Amino acid sequence: MKLSTTRLLAILVKELQQLRRDRLTFGMIVGIPLLQILLFGYAINTDVRHLSAAVADQAGTQLSRQLIADMEATQVIEVIRQVVTAAELKALLDRGEINIGILIPPDFERRLQQQERRAAQLMIDGGDPIILATARSLTNMSFNQRSGSRSNKAAEMFEVRNYYNPERRSSVFVVPGLIGVILTMTMVLFTAVAIVRERERGNLELLINTPVTTAELMIGKIIPYIVIGLIQVSLIMLLGMLLFRVPVNGQILDVYLVSLVFIAANLGLGLVISTVAKNQFQAMQLTFFFFLPSILLSGFMFPFEGMPKAAQYIAELLPLTHFLRLIRGIMLRGVELSQMANDIYALLVFMLLTIGFAILRFKKRLD
Amino acid sequence: MNLDYAIESTGLTRRFGSLTAVDHVNLAIPRKRIFGFLGPNGSGKSTTIRLLCGLLTPSEGSVEVLNYRIPEQAEVLKQKIGYMTQRFSLYEDLTVRVNLEFIAQIYCIEKAQRRARIEEALATYRLEDLVQQLAGTLSGGQRQRLSLAAATLHRPELLLLDEPTSAVDPQTRRDFWDRLFHLVDGGTTILVSTHYMDEAERCHNLAILDHGRIVANGEPETLMQEMDCNVVEVESATPRKIANVLQLAGNIVSVTQLGARQRVLVGKQQGDASGYVQQLLDAAELQAVCHGAPPSLEDVFVTVTRNTHLPGIS
Repeated sequence: MKLSTTRLLAILVKELQQLRRDRLTFGMIVGIPLLQILLFGYAINTDVRHLSAAVADQAGTQLSRQLIADMEATQVIEVIRQVVTAAELKALLDRGEINIGILIPPDFERRLQQQERRAAQLMIDGGDPIILATARSLTNMSFNQRSGSRSNKAAEMFEVRNYYNPERRSSVFVVPGLIGVILTMTMVLFTAVAIVRERERGNLELLINTPVTTAELMIGKIIPYIVIGLIQVSLIMLLGMLLFRVPVNGQILDVYLVSLVFIAANLGLGLVISTVAKNQFQAMQLTFFFFLPSILLSGFMFPFEGMPKAAQYIAELLPLTHFLRLIRGIMLRGVELSQMANDIYALLVFMLLTIGFAILRFKKRLD
Repeated sequence: MNLDYAIESTGLTRRFGSLTAVDHVNLAIPRKRIFGFLGPNGSGKSTTIRLLCGLLTPSEGSVEVLNYRIPEQAEVLKQKIGYMTQRFSLYEDLTVRVNLEFIAQIYCIEKAQRRARIEEALATYRLEDLVQQLAGTLSGGQRQRLSLAAATLHRPELLLLDEPTSAVDPQTRRDFWDRLFHLVDGGTTILVSTHYMDEAERCHNLAILDHGRIVANGEPETLMQEMDCNVVEVESATPRKIANVLQLAGNIVSVTQLGARQRVLVGKQQGDASGYVQQLLDAAELQAVCHGAPPSLEDVFVTVTRNTHLPGIS
């Protein structure tokens, strides 16, 4: 395959000049990362704190007050009401005023001595699984306190150490992932509409009648967007560091290298969409068809390990899955690239397959 | 293979499903001439042009363009032909100059020449004052000049123009045709499709297309002389009544009203055409003056396309 640099440059410069005139798209290149990082950075918050709770302390002993104080000390719950009966707790739960009700029966201390009976009860609004999971961790704590008859500080039997994110801020975890999500969203769409748009506007009939080759056309359309993608990466990283104090523990060069391959992979996919779709609307539909599983299955929203095996296999086919592993590894754990070679290879293969397929599929014909 | 011909095709056919858009077309288009495709919308003009430049694959038949086999050698051909699409196909969101620069680079015009060529094209096609304007804001005539400038920038041997003048006024069309003759003087072969009779008449050679078939082929002058109809013009106070009578009579190919006159085409087998029409009108007791008239290209067009519409005659 012969590549003429003159023709390649012609396509490349033309794309940039068209982009320069397209104010809205140009604005989105900066606007999307800005908006998303503010939105997700502040809103996605999986570290559950200050769940509202009510207590019905029917025992009223020093030990029961100690238990409540210990639970409050975790900051997971915040006691907003003191009531008397279990029915009152249930009513508060029903009305959604509290997430957790704590019932300490009058015979609390006697129950503590008996192995087979539970000493106290947690009433949980289990509708939200994250709250449920958090509350479960609370039951572990109270269970330990019950069995440890020698002291009320049995929870300290386990020392918990939190690596990588000592303050348990979810933005530290979310921002690197956000680089991947934003790139998936913008990059695929850019090239997905690139060729369809030329077809719709009638430019393609002229273009395929010139000596320009398919490879020149495809590569000429990819390169400008790689540059734009890297600008987006820089913007998100900068905002992440300034607003959320997200660390970059690994090599910054590795971040760019991994992003580069990931961007090219997404642009390649966009080109494939562009050769399949008949109009810009179809191109957008296909992009979203790909975008949703990327967000849901890649490990951005839910932990990868928690998904069913079948979903994990599908996720392995998505470039975002591999990119998230890489970018989190580099930014949060400071991993060397060589330790994560498999994910890099996966991205490279995806990139070559999509670009190759797009070049083979695109014909300089109208039939 | 004949070096005197820019385009040669035999049995060129293209089907879209059950529709035959181009039906066994044989062409021999001489070099350094303007060759016209005349035909109504949907007659296969655009499809034929697309087949000739390799944009569509023929269902049947063979084509050689500038002695390259098409579609196999279409890529080599592309450097040597210029193509002007029916719809404006340059980038509306780029300026006139940027569009021309893009085309110059795509055809790999050498860097040293690029600037001079563009300046020359801007001057030739009177685009100098528009260089900074976005192509999308140009008028119909300006767009057409830009399209032609772009299609000829790389000095192609063959120029394919698909209804280039369908969106411009008569004066612009005249200027455009002057440019085409100028290009032919420079050695370019031009294939142009049109549905305007006056344009068709200006071509060196002409093929009339109807339903994907060539129904007449030759120099416009010859086509008019050899038309198998005679023309009779009928002047009267009651042109509609006359039309009603003549349309029912035998050997009348068509009746067309031009103001107060009726232009009547009578089959050549009828000896004295004007006397025959007069007879018919006398029999119907209608007052009219009949006299013969020289055939026009439109008469040829009506005659040859009518044949294919009437079963049994073609």
